[in-house]
Amino acid sequence: MSGTRFISGDEAFAQGIRLARAQVISAYPITPQTIVVERLAEMVEEGILDSRFIHVESEHSAMMAAMGASAMGARAFTATSSQGLLYMAECLSYVAGGRFPIVMMNANRATALPWSIYGDHRDSLSLLDSGWIQIYVEDAQEALDMAIQAYALAEGEEIRLPVMVNLDGFILTHTYEPVDIPGQEVVDAFLAKRNTWDKLDLDKPVSMAITVGPELNEEFNILHHKASLRALETIKTVDDKYRETVGRSHGGPLRTYRTDDADYVLISLGSISGLVRSEVDILRNEGVRAGAVSIRMMRPFPKDELVRALKSARSVGVIDKDISFGCEGTVYTNVNSALLQGRCYIPAYDFVGGIGGRDISVKDIEECFKDMMSGRLQGSVKFIGSEVKDDQG
Amino acid sequence: MIRDDEFFYGHKACGGCGGSLAVRIALKVLGERTLLTLPAGCMSAVSFNYPQMSYANNAIISAFAGTGAVMSGLKAGAEAMGLKDYHVLGIAGDGGTADIGIQALSGLIDRNDEGIYICYDNEAYMNTGIQKSGLTPFGATTTTTPAVPGSRGNIKQKKNLFEIVAAHGIAYAATASVGYIEDFAAKVARASEVKGTSFIHVLAPCPTGWGIDTSETIEVAREVVDTGLWYLAEYYDGEYHLNRRPKEFKDVGHYIRRQGRFKHLKDEDINEIIRLRDKTWDRISGFNTAR
Repeated sequence: MSGTRFISGDEAFAQGIRLARAQVISAYPITPQTIVVERLAEMVEEGILDSRFIHVESEHSAMMAAMGASAMGARAFTATSSQGLLYMAECLSYVAGGRFPIVMMNANRATALPWSIYGDHRDSLSLLDSGWIQIYVEDAQEALDMAIQAYALAEGEEIRLPVMVNLDGFILTHTYEPVDIPGQEVVDAFLAKRNTWDKLDLDKPVSMAITVGPELNEEFNILHHKASLRALETIKTVDDKYRETVGRSHGGPLRTYRTDDADYVLISLGSISGLVRSEVDILRNEGVRAGAVSIRMMRPFPKDELVRALKSARSVGVIDKDISFGCEGTVYTNVNSALLQGRCYIPAYDFVGGIGGRDISVKDIEECFKDMMSGRLQGSVKFIGSEVKDDQG
Repeated sequence: MIRDDEFFYGHKACGGCGGSLAVRIALKVLGERTLLTLPAGCMSAVSFNYPQMSYANNAIISAFAGTGAVMSGLKAGAEAMGLKDYHVLGIAGDGGTADIGIQALSGLIDRNDEGIYICYDNEAYMNTGIQKSGLTPFGATTTTTPAVPGSRGNIKQKKNLFEIVAAHGIAYAATASVGYIEDFAAKVARASEVKGTSFIHVLAPCPTGWGIDTSETIEVAREVVDTGLWYLAEYYDGEYHLNRRPKEFKDVGHYIRRQGRFKHLKDEDINEIIRLRDKTWDRISGFNTAR
């Protein structure tokens, strides 16, 4: 079971969940998430994974069943995508506010309408305010490793929050890559069995998921917010321990690339980040001081670290595989807020693209850098490789 | 089988609340090792107000539509933790069961996860202020089916929830009324012995929503059975069993006239209610006579 295998992102994530010894799995099928739960169902049937697989009738129930299991003190997992994520949306705030450390994989996929099974980030980014920690990975190896790290992060006593790990639909979920699968004993040394006081206990009965009036409701929310902010540091200590025990590291909330002296920095999430880094190398060879930032953690949002990474930049761009209609890309909104608070007054551009699975080519990324360098853009928001005439004439 | 311990007290339910009586009795039968979940509704709204928790056993609120799913999660989680000797219990209102929660209930029964689901039926969304649910009876005025001059309030009949549940091939299902509390308690006990999912639909008057005095809850809950407008039955081993087959029905007019929610009804409307009742009894005439 351990060693290097050629598997897809979904399968890699399933392997991570197996190694994390998830005790209860509840899931409802949706493309392109299906493979992860099919593999887990197989593992449970074959006895490779000692877990209870709950065949729920909807994503809403998937999340509610996971909450019930987590409330008993068990380690719970679910996975979804797109409309499935939106369908369970009300449950996300239950789980986060109730401080249940569930891990969920989300296969990033466009949201209807128009209907599309292909990838963009509108599903998860529309739920940034749900109270979950949100992580975006770049490849299948990181997917496996973060499936395991996510539980260490979620179940940390100072955190106790659910974690959503996002994989770009098809680009990551269905692409096969060589992935190193650690041995169970190595992962066991990294991640102990969940052991919590915060549960329904037959010997010490409690009420959970409570009602709180205006006199204290805000305090509960502030505690939730502070716990979320702590994850900016905890993700690093978790990763340090992972490097020491498993032998691999993915770093903290940001993955910076050649930003120390960069004039032009392009920011992205997920699988497109590798392509951005190769364009950075091309531009560096041409004498352009280009850099890249891949945001691994969208919630909590690493404002200070981001501003530090952009300290030498003359302008910054954001690739947004999403749009908040009538406004701009949501990553861009978050980046701009960080820049303003960090008193970093540089031009910032929003490159919206990859919507509904549209390919973003290396040529497109080159254009983004050229736009940033020339300052030739009329406004701040540009659709990558696409302009549509207004249908009102 | 009813113990002296109280597991539900200090709550904020209205005087004469039939739902809180059903909850109290169910917990007196099932005891302290009960893992309870309740969705949005009166019984959660009155009992989880921080810092005043009203359950002496373990309890957790579910999203409105999620009762059946949380029950499965509690069961799987309890198994994963190696727990023994406990009950999983879900308690939801009529709207939480027959409307928004019916999908999760169907999933629960389909999986046959071990647990007892009790629907306390006060025949409208009472927690939000008496709006029509799928279990509101014909003729009732609610805030969303108002009986303005020329209308009869709600013109739909109650969904046949008991038989919808039974049609899943559930191991055990029953109807009950808080007016026949020993019968209800016995059914909770029977449900607790079932390996798999069990379901009890208990009629529970709401003085506020029904327009009756708080002292009349039990009387009205008996009368609805005695008039034949509600029947006490069970489903097990794939067959229906009728618990009570009244020789003659009590006066429907008396049951209707005493409730504020029906006060606009005319004699012809009451005749329609009687006609619908008789149709139901024709349909269930094939039920076995219960053990």
